[in-house]
Amino acid sequence: MEVITRGAVITEPGNSVENKTGTWRVFKPIIHYEKCIRCLICWQFCPEPAILKIEDEKVKKETPAPKEPLKRLPVVEIDYDYCKGCGICYNECPVNAIEFVKEEK
Amino acid sequence: MTRMMIRGNESIAYAFKLARVQVVPAYPITPSTLVPEKISEFIANGEMKAEFVPVESEHSAMSAAIGASARGVRVGTATASQGLALMHEVLFIASGMRLPIVMGIGNRALSAPINIWCDHQDMMAERDSGWMQFYAESNQEGLDLGIMAFKIAEDNRVLLPAMVGIDAFVLTHTVEPVDMPEQEDVDDFLGEFVPHYVTLDPEKPATLGSFGFPEHYMEFKYGQWIAMNRAKEVIEEVFAEFEKKFGRKYAKVTPEFAEDADILLVTMGSMTSTTREFVKKMREKGKKVGLVKLTVFRPFPKEELREVLKNAKVVAVLERNISFGFGGAVYAELSSALSTLKEKPKVVDFIIGLGGRDITFKSLEEALSVAEKAMNEDVDEVNWIDVNKEAVLKAEGLL
Repeated sequence: MEVITRGAVITEPGNSVENKTGTWRVFKPIIHYEKCIRCLICWQFCPEPAILKIEDEKVKKETPAPKEPLKRLPVVEIDYDYCKGCGICYNECPVNAIEFVKEEK
Repeated sequence: MTRMMIRGNESIAYAFKLARVQVVPAYPITPSTLVPEKISEFIANGEMKAEFVPVESEHSAMSAAIGASARGVRVGTATASQGLALMHEVLFIASGMRLPIVMGIGNRALSAPINIWCDHQDMMAERDSGWMQFYAESNQEGLDLGIMAFKIAEDNRVLLPAMVGIDAFVLTHTVEPVDMPEQEDVDDFLGEFVPHYVTLDPEKPATLGSFGFPEHYMEFKYGQWIAMNRAKEVIEEVFAEFEKKFGRKYAKVTPEFAEDADILLVTMGSMTSTTREFVKKMREKGKKVGLVKLTVFRPFPKEELREVLKNAKVVAVLERNISFGFGGAVYAELSSALSTLKEKPKVVDFIIGLGGRDITFKSLEEALSVAEKAMNEDVDEVNWIDVNKEAVLKAEGLL
């Protein structure tokens, strides 16, 4: 936010997207697609939500997967602009496909 | 203009009525209960078109006032003492959100021991809440300052809430003759309420009361600092406009018998009237004593005080509040304001009239004798007047 208003009023709605909470991160989740079974548990649990469900056919096919039939399912992707690095996805992933590493800035 | 006999609380209620306040959320507390009582009466009689919101506490009263003001209407409320203290955290929200709410305070002591009488401790404890503070000497001043407070608070250069203090019982419950301005003159003086540039409106969504990260918070506080400083010139303008329209003169600092005075007594609120009579008596005796009345405490009128006090030998601050471990609030601020003068008067503090103890000629004589002593020798910086010191020293195990 570049503009300072009197009384800290936010004059237009829908601008919380400008607040990139990804800068808060200390640890960063990384999805290893060769292990990811596309169960969407991380997508469900992400409180932000900073895990996106990608339905694009081309992305579904081209993203690696442990088994070929899984490529029919949506792909999860982390939106690092807003991921605060809480680690819930890393904790919940049933196949340990999410790695949680120290953020390097 | 009609002359009426009213109590101080009614002067606040009439100020709200004449200002056409639209929402009054209030919780009753001695000694300001009569303000919401009188307003309910006005509304019930159809004399005032306003929403009266009976709430369950002062905390809620101020919260409701903030909500209503954020919606963009003129809001007034009243409280005192513990009630004001309960509002404490919400007061900062009102000023931080730049909402021009006006609140009447029946200046009363804070517990413990529980005490319902006159004292300025309640408002002084809210000194840093970002509200403007006015102290009335009489019911007329309570009414006039109540009306002017809206004009000052709502000025686009200011947008800050304001408190108008009227002394508990001495004013709140005392009937005095008051010149009541005509409605059309007040309408003309105040103009229609123009709300803050953004209001709570479902048609135009906006965020009021937002989060302020460390990278922005200070800028908002700096904005409040600028607004409070700009309020100084706005107060002056509004006081001048009021005098032109209604014929009654107001000033942030009013000196009387001050030009040649060696000793100047600084007062706030109703004690000014007693002190004025005392000063007249002292003048008859040939003593060079003067009076300086402080009407505006926030923003603190540093410049005016420097000008008025610079030639005195001793400045005796009479005040109904105490900051334990230092002294009175007025003394502290005034001393620091005078510190920039090359030749400065000696400032001596007098704690007087706490918890409704009468300020009499006898107690003023006691203060003056210390001030006279201070002309030639060192005296205590902070002096407690009209106190049974022996009994206290015994209780504290010192005698």
